[in-house]
Amino acid sequence: MTLSQKLYRAVFGLGRYFIGTVSDFIASTGQIILFFNESVRLIFAKPSRFAEIIRHMEFIGNQSIGIICLTGGFTGLALSLQLYLGFKLFNAVNMVGPTVALGITRELGPVLTGLIVAARAGGAMAARLGTMRVNEQIDALDVMGVNTKQYLVSPRLVAAFICMPLLVAVFDFVAMLGSWFLCVKMVALDEAVFWQKIADFIEIRHINEGLLKGMIFGVYFALMCTYRGFNTSGGAKGVGEATNQGVVQSMVGIIILDYFATNLIRLFYSLVGIT
Amino acid sequence: MATESAISLRDLKKSFDGGHEFVLKGINLEIPKGSLTAIIGFSGTGKSVMLKHLLGLFKPTSGTIDVLGTDLSTLSPDELTKFRCKFGVLFQSAALFDDMTVLENVCFPLQEHRRDLKPVQVLRIAEEKLHQVGLESKHFHKLPSQISGGMQKRTGLARALALDPEILIYDEPTTGLDPILTEMVDNLILSTHKLKPGVTSIMVSHDLSAAFRIADHIAMLDSGRVLLFGTPEDFFNTDIELVKRFVNKGMKHQ
Repeated sequence: MTLSQKLYRAVFGLGRYFIGTVSDFIASTGQIILFFNESVRLIFAKPSRFAEIIRHMEFIGNQSIGIICLTGGFTGLALSLQLYLGFKLFNAVNMVGPTVALGITRELGPVLTGLIVAARAGGAMAARLGTMRVNEQIDALDVMGVNTKQYLVSPRLVAAFICMPLLVAVFDFVAMLGSWFLCVKMVALDEAVFWQKIADFIEIRHINEGLLKGMIFGVYFALMCTYRGFNTSGGAKGVGEATNQGVVQSMVGIIILDYFATNLIRLFYSLVGIT
Repeated sequence: MATESAISLRDLKKSFDGGHEFVLKGINLEIPKGSLTAIIGFSGTGKSVMLKHLLGLFKPTSGTIDVLGTDLSTLSPDELTKFRCKFGVLFQSAALFDDMTVLENVCFPLQEHRRDLKPVQVLRIAEEKLHQVGLESKHFHKLPSQISGGMQKRTGLARALALDPEILIYDEPTTGLDPILTEMVDNLILSTHKLKPGVTSIMVSHDLSAAFRIADHIAMLDSGRVLLFGTPEDFFNTDIELVKRFVNKGMKHQ
C-alpha cells in the first residue's frame, strides 16, 4: 500500500468516525427530546401520580438536606477565607460578605447543589430504573396496563423540578452562615458591616436567578438519569453503564447549561433594562 | 362448529434491522379460546419476540395480530396500555416489585385499575388470590427478597390473576428451577387453568414433559415460523423430522 493510500484510508476512517459520532449524538438527542416531551405530557394525564411525586420529593429533597448543609457550610467557609485573604491585600475585607453572597446565590449554590444531587439522587434513579428494566419489572408494569413513563419518569421530573430550588435555597442559606462564621467569629470583621454590605449589594433577583437555575438543573439531571435507566439493556453491566452515563452526562451538562443559563439571564436583564 | 380463537396471528413478520434479517418470518397461528397452549422451540427461534408481539410490546414489521377480536395495530398507545389489562403475565423471574411486600405486589394492579374499590376490598381480593395460589398468610408482609423462588412464582401468578385476565401468559415459568419446584409450578399452572375455564393460557417453555402433560395444544417454532401446531398426540405421531428429533431429545433429557 502506498503512502497516499494509507493517508487516504486514515482520513477516510477519521471522517467516518466523526460522522458516526455526530449522527449518533443527533439521534440520541432527538430520542431524549421525545422522551422528555412524552414524560412532560404525561404529568397532566390521568391517573394522578401525586403520591409518587411526594415519595420522590422525600428522596430527592428531604434525604439530600444533610449533604447539602454540609457542603454548603464548608463552601461558604472556604470561599470566605480565600476572599478574605485576597481582599486583605488591598484593604477591602468589608466586601467579602457581598462577594460571597453574589457568588453563592448566582453560581455556586445552584451548580454545586445540582452536582451533588445529580450524583446522589440521579445516580440512584438511573440504577433503580436500570435494575427494574433488566429484572423485567418495567415489562411487568407495561403488561399490567400501567403507563411506565407516567408512573416512573414523570413523577421524578416533577419532584426534581420542585426540590432543586428548595435545596439551592438551603445551600445558599447555610453557605452564608458559614461565611458569617468565618468573617465575624473567626477573623473578627464587624457583624453589622458584614450584613449591611450584603444588603447593599444583593437583590432578590440574584437569589431568584439561582433558584431558576436549580429548577433547570433538576429537570435536566432527572431527565438524563431516568432516560439512561429506562433504556438500560444487558444485565448488571448495563445497569452500571446506565448509571455511569446518567451521572456523568448530568454533571457535565449542568456545568455547560450553567454557562448558557447565565448568558440567557444576562440577555433577559439587558432586554428589560436591568443592569 | 369451528372453535373460537382468542389470538390470531396472520403472516406475522418482524425485523429489527430494517428488513435485512427477519426474526419472525411469517407466523400463522390460531390459539383457541379457553385452551392451554404451549409454545416450544429451540433457543433463538423467536418465541419471546412472538410473545412480546401478543402483548403489544413490539410492533410487527408486517402481518396482523388479533387478540380477543381486536386488531392490535388499530389501537393507539393509550388504548393499547388499557387493553393490556386483559392479560396476566407470569414472568420467568416473577418480576416482583422489590420495594413492595408480597401483598402490596398483588394489590398494585387492583389499585391501578379498580379505583372503584375501597382499600379494604383491594386487600381482601389480593389475599384471596394469594390463598388461591397456595401462599400462606404469614408470608404476605415479606419482601420478595425474603421469600423463596417458588413463593415468588406463586406471588407473581397471584398478581397476574389479580384483575381476572382473559389471557394468562407464562413466560418460561420453570426455567432455572429444580425438578420439585418445576413440578409445583406446572401443577399450579394446570390447577389455575382448571379453576378458570374461560381463560386462555399460553405457556412459553423449554420443559417438554410439562408441555405434553398439561397443554391442550402445542405450537413448535423454528426459524421464525410455526413448524407444527396441534395436540400433544399430533406431536408424537408427526412425520416432521425436526419435530421428532426435538421431542425425542427433549423427552430423553427430562
